[in-house]
Amino acid sequence: MATTTGTTAPSQGENSLSGSARPRKKPRRSYKVGRGAIPYLLILPAVLMELLIHLVPMVVGVVMSFKELTQFYIRNWGAAPWRGLGNYRVAVDFNSAIGHALLHSFLITCAFTVLAVGCSWLLGITGAILMQDAFRGRGFLRALFMTPYALPVYASVIIWAFMLQHDNGLVNHVLHDQLHLTSKPAFWLIGNNSFISIVVVSIWRNWPFALLVLMAGMQNIPDELYEASAIDGAGVWQQIRRITMPSLRPINQVLVLVLFLWTFNDFNVPYVLFGASAPAAGDLISIHIYQASFLTWNFGSGSAMSVLLLLFLLVVTTVYLALTSLRSRRTHV
Amino acid sequence: MSSGYRSPTARPMSFIWTRRIVLTLMAIFAALPVYVMISTSLKPLRDVTAKFQWIPGDLTLRPYVDIWHTVPLAHYFVNSIIVSAAATGLSVAIAIFAAYAVSRYHFRGKRVFTITVLSTQMFPGILFLLPLFLIFVNIGNTTGIALYGSRAGLIITYLTFSLPFSIWMLAGYMESIPRGLDEAAMVDGCGPLGALFRVVIPAAVPGIVAVAVYAFMTAWSEVLFASVMTNDTTRTLAVGLRGYSTQYDVYWNQVMAASLVVSVPVVAGFLLLQRYLVTGLTAGAVK
Repeated sequence: MATTTGTTAPSQGENSLSGSARPRKKPRRSYKVGRGAIPYLLILPAVLMELLIHLVPMVVGVVMSFKELTQFYIRNWGAAPWRGLGNYRVAVDFNSAIGHALLHSFLITCAFTVLAVGCSWLLGITGAILMQDAFRGRGFLRALFMTPYALPVYASVIIWAFMLQHDNGLVNHVLHDQLHLTSKPAFWLIGNNSFISIVVVSIWRNWPFALLVLMAGMQNIPDELYEASAIDGAGVWQQIRRITMPSLRPINQVLVLVLFLWTFNDFNVPYVLFGASAPAAGDLISIHIYQASFLTWNFGSGSAMSVLLLLFLLVVTTVYLALTSLRSRRTHV
Repeated sequence: MSSGYRSPTARPMSFIWTRRIVLTLMAIFAALPVYVMISTSLKPLRDVTAKFQWIPGDLTLRPYVDIWHTVPLAHYFVNSIIVSAAATGLSVAIAIFAAYAVSRYHFRGKRVFTITVLSTQMFPGILFLLPLFLIFVNIGNTTGIALYGSRAGLIITYLTFSLPFSIWMLAGYMESIPRGLDEAAMVDGCGPLGALFRVVIPAAVPGIVAVAVYAFMTAWSEVLFASVMTNDTTRTLAVGLRGYSTQYDVYWNQVMAASLVVSVPVVAGFLLLQRYLVTGLTAGAVK
């Protein structure tokens, strides 16, 4: 059987434009280096906005992390005294209260991310495979599955907050009153159960994105592969294992990374679900840093934590890309 | 034109039944909160504070009237529309120019540009929230340009949030437009901008629509910066919806009615245009 990779998939006809594509024998003068300022002018607005909102603040953030920036210096933060690595030292000193809380939050976030990303991807790939065929109700289902992703997070997560209420929520009504699974109604938004709550809500919100990307990716797998394998006698499960999954590998590589970064950095879902003070079991890192900064007005220490978070994400991303690229290169040969 | 979906060839019953059961469970998981939102929004307050009922006992449209008085929802709505529409328009315009440069020109620094832009997606929002907050406050203090607390500040912030993904996706989409088309336009006397406006943009409409939907949703849904960067007059829906919970009581039926009302614009837009989003993703991002 031919080894197949998604990279060889031909582009779809529906994207190419109808109309008169002239023969491509024209001299390609417009794409050479030295056409002067045009490309730079074209990217200038994007560069300016990125500088203003992302890059300069990032540099400022790194500078802030070396300062003792408490509420006394907010109006004139240039005057705040330097603290060297002091903010970092406190953040990674796991014997101190601040460092210990940060470590705890970090570990919670890791567990949360692994569970939420894993399940979102699993639901996404399952849904995409099952919806590959045309069948009645497929369009409706696709719209339904996309709805959690389309709802604004502050509107959808607040529904979950209502469903997870102790006295009048749906979850306790079903688990306790109807199924009698718990001896008394559980608390879902405080205590240890809040971890389960945040994982489930995060999956509910993010799996449609995985589904959307994977369904788009499957459109690029040529039908001929499936037809040829069917003639060779491959069953549907074998086709999934031998054709669908290998073809999706390059998409999975990006998708898992994007899901990981979004989930790890997610502020909106825990913030709407728990409010500004998250329970210990649902104390995700971005909420933790937000509280450390805005409730205590200690921006220096908050910045140091953010920089550490960014460094961690950079390392993970680099290692992940190196590992996955290495593996795919090996299997392609 | 291939539909991209496999025709229903003979499938074993095991597969058909797996599909039925699994998709049903997924549909319940996806739809349950939506059902709760709709049904709760039609209940009177006393039914909402008591035990949960699957089927509403008394139906009322009262919450849909009350939501406009309990908090200045219309005001927040206007703010959200202004901010999201402006951020979307600017973001799409900037992304089109940048994507055109990336897909049609070789220039020094192109790799650095694309990698830097994409890597900003990795930044934790919290990392530049604090500095941006200080920068906006200090710009206000020194120049008198009020960015902190203003709609303008929120607009330029949101437009950069959707910019990386938009540039990436549009550049990919434009790659799929035959270069012969814009070369022909240039031969006919158009400059590079003429080719962009007369040929590339009309051909890239599905990609542009997809990017616009994405940008609008991003701006409409953002919570973190909205909660820090707005004041009473510029407050958006993301923050305003909290007004339904007082210290003593949460008007859950009004919360649900308001959630439904503020969701309608984005959900309708998204579901109507999701075809474009899939096409745009297929052409641009997933290649």
